[in-house]
Amino acid sequence: MELQAMAQPQASHTTRIRSLDELLERDRLREEDGFPRKIRIGKLIKPGAGGKEKIVVVPTTVEEKLIHDRAPEETEEDESMGGTGDGDEGEIIGEQPVRPQQGGESGTAGHGEGEGHELESTAYDLGRILTERFDLPNLKEKGKKSSLSHYSYDLTDRNRGFGQILEKKQTLRRILETNIALGTVTDMAEIDPTRLVISPRDRVYRILSRELEYESQALVFFIRDYSGSMEGKATEVICSQHVLIYSWLLYQFARQVETRFILHDNDAREVPDFYTYYNLRVAGGTRVAAAYRMVSEIVEKESLARDYNIYVFHGTDGDDWDTNGEETIPELRRMLAYANRVGVTIAEHTYGSSGNTEVERYLKRSGLLEEKPELLRMDVMGEDAEETRVIEGIRRLIS
Amino acid sequence: MQLIDQHTKKIMEGCKERAREAGLRFSDETLEYIVTNRDMLELHPKVMIPTLYDYWVHDVEVLKEKGKYELYPHNPYETVINTRPPISFYNDNNPDWLNVMIFYHVLAHIDFFQNNLYYRHTWDYDLTGKALADKRLIARLRSEHGRRLDYVIEFARSIDNLVGYYGELSTLFREETPPLPLRLDYYFDVFLQRVKKVKTAGYVQEIERYNRCMRDFGDLGEETFFAEVMARHPEFEALYLKSRSEERRGRPDLMQFIMEHSPFLNREENRWMKSVLEVIRSTSVYFQPQMRTKIMNEGWASYWHEKLFLTDDRIRGREVDFARVHSGVTCLHRVGLNPYAIGMRLFQHIEEQADKGRISLEFQQLADSHARQEFDRGTRGGTAFIFAIRENLCDFSFINTFVDQDFVNRHKLFVVGRRLNRERMTWQYYVKSRTAEAYRAMLTDSLYHPPVIVVDEAKGEGKYLYLDHRFEGKPLVKDFIGNTLMGIEYLWGGPVKLETSEVGLPPPDEAVNPPERQQKIHWRRYVYTMEDRKLSRTLL
Repeated sequence: MELQAMAQPQASHTTRIRSLDELLERDRLREEDGFPRKIRIGKLIKPGAGGKEKIVVVPTTVEEKLIHDRAPEETEEDESMGGTGDGDEGEIIGEQPVRPQQGGESGTAGHGEGEGHELESTAYDLGRILTERFDLPNLKEKGKKSSLSHYSYDLTDRNRGFGQILEKKQTLRRILETNIALGTVTDMAEIDPTRLVISPRDRVYRILSRELEYESQALVFFIRDYSGSMEGKATEVICSQHVLIYSWLLYQFARQVETRFILHDNDAREVPDFYTYYNLRVAGGTRVAAAYRMVSEIVEKESLARDYNIYVFHGTDGDDWDTNGEETIPELRRMLAYANRVGVTIAEHTYGSSGNTEVERYLKRSGLLEEKPELLRMDVMGEDAEETRVIEGIRRLIS
Repeated sequence: MQLIDQHTKKIMEGCKERAREAGLRFSDETLEYIVTNRDMLELHPKVMIPTLYDYWVHDVEVLKEKGKYELYPHNPYETVINTRPPISFYNDNNPDWLNVMIFYHVLAHIDFFQNNLYYRHTWDYDLTGKALADKRLIARLRSEHGRRLDYVIEFARSIDNLVGYYGELSTLFREETPPLPLRLDYYFDVFLQRVKKVKTAGYVQEIERYNRCMRDFGDLGEETFFAEVMARHPEFEALYLKSRSEERRGRPDLMQFIMEHSPFLNREENRWMKSVLEVIRSTSVYFQPQMRTKIMNEGWASYWHEKLFLTDDRIRGREVDFARVHSGVTCLHRVGLNPYAIGMRLFQHIEEQADKGRISLEFQQLADSHARQEFDRGTRGGTAFIFAIRENLCDFSFINTFVDQDFVNRHKLFVVGRRLNRERMTWQYYVKSRTAEAYRAMLTDSLYHPPVIVVDEAKGEGKYLYLDHRFEGKPLVKDFIGNTLMGIEYLWGGPVKLETSEVGLPPPDEAVNPPERQQKIHWRRYVYTMEDRKLSRTLL
């Protein structure tokens, strides 16, 4: 009886859907209740013609469950899918670039749904937000320029007979040449323009043509200590800061950023992508110098200093077997000779005493921090630093 | 949202007649609604059940779907839900001939819902009605308990893939066994051996005593025998009854176990949470068969809309339009998996095989490929055979039994591999394998399969809720473990441990100089512990 007496709902369920702000407010309350936040703000980007993208902001969340992951197989070969059609076993049926190519016909060539692109797009946007909302400084452009396969259209080419804009000086020259040849100009000191004969082919015009554009371009080395002592939060802090820096640079250089990832424990090794950079763990000892040396070797071998603005960001928990930096400091000096900025982040373990890590001590003692404040920065924070602190750290490293 | 008009309903009724003649079986009553694309987006997170309970994650999903729609507008044809009566949703402004095709598709889905035995537990009630009751319950609890209610929903949903779906089904298919000798079985098999742990001599003595009683007292033999048992072991009867009730219910799944044994949920002030768990659990169990019959269900629907449409006299002259839409739905992609395509072709393949008498030992033993091609016993009966399949199989058994080399060859199927080309920095897609075995493995790997995680009371030692993940060659998604365990800890009201397998550290000599390619995978058993919302991990 009572059910029937109940009033009908005033509106359909669809009008009661909470707005984004309400959802975010609820998420804030979660934190008060002692649970981690669950809503992330994501962006959907649809690449359009002429580099125009359509962007929509949407919330996303994940309902975590205990579910199967993919079984780890050989690292370079993952996932299999279904297919149909001709082709023998082993035959290649398609290819997709791992990283979206830079430049291309229209500035942003159409990429597939590659994850790299996804990351790139969101990272670019994140960079914009960091710059705008968190007042991260803009970079000063340095002199080094490098040609890119990036084109713009300009009135540069010359053509005789037709075109958009008449090139007057060139045209006069041609007319003179013609008339000298015809013998109508005898006295060079006294030319009577009214007597000149003008051939249609003498007119020189500028026409619209594709031009190479020159842009400054950045190369960023991310170095991370992945030794045994880095396990856990220290890695998290370093990686999240490196993601933010990467995003910010991507925005600053309008996507003309190349990245190299280097991990080190006792030895240094280069890894192909951020995913590996983020996920690899080992349990070795720590030698910072090995990583710095590797950076310099790469830069020299590929003569990168000529073409790029080079940035080096190094994250560590401050441990170094090279206690006094005897090996590290000379390597650092070598790096400072070509780098635009070297930023060292130290995520201190909560159990150690603050300000007492090897890296921090030998960096301070070397005097390089005061000597070259434009080139070398250091930031020390606890391994449990909040996001705002991490962003603050970026400001210290790059302002 | 509105019902379809009388004209369209009449088309539907015509489709029903023809579908029934072809052999499909479904309830008389059906409801068809016209919805907008926007409605569809909003219903989607609620699995198309308009009366499903409210939950903030659904709102997030709706906002996301709306964003997606803004960038990539799309126009779904139909959706059916497994209710009593079955409800289906359509876009408006479909031409009549298209509706004919879609209606056949929908009727085949309904036939599948109502006849496939994996859906048996959904046959006896109406989900929309139950969901509405649940929605009201949840709304009332939300008004009483505020956002705590949403935490309970969240944590319950985080384990709603671990529901004992097969256990639930098995109770429906259980045959009644005669009740009498069970007491005797329990006494000799369980009570004496496991509870009392008597020596062999004592056991034999009891058997002799039983035989003596039966000899001396005839019909009253067993009664006499047990009279002495009761005198000697007064606890026997109670233990026996307890074991019977446990046996009848089967092994509880994680959610049931928590509902029954959680000290936290069983506190007077928290009892309301149990009803929330029950709602989440039963909703999840309801949707389990859908996830396990995706390929069959879509294949079945595509098979029938093709077959029935082409023989329908009402749509003469629309064959070309139909062909365009139909091939869009059921084409085999160069790369990618289309459940509609695979399912439909497999049903067609099986029907043909059965028609030729190839589902037989004689054919299976044939190795000569020419003889296999020519094999035709003309047995017919293929249609009856696929009807039996739609009744008894799920995706796994369907694929595992019937995807054979003939099928793979016939449709030129292959497994696509992806590998990194280091020089060109590209992903190369290549034909990895054309064997039926590999293709089957790829298909089964794509199927829904939640991990098996059971409660181990012995290992919990009364202090922990100890969860044991039965390892099947795949690890759990590591990132999800923390928050899921945190939810279980909340519901359990105490520390929780999860034992699982993960890739362990390589031996020390490899660690110093990590090789480019990991050669061997070292699986290790780890135990995660969640205590006071802190996660830790130890190697077993």
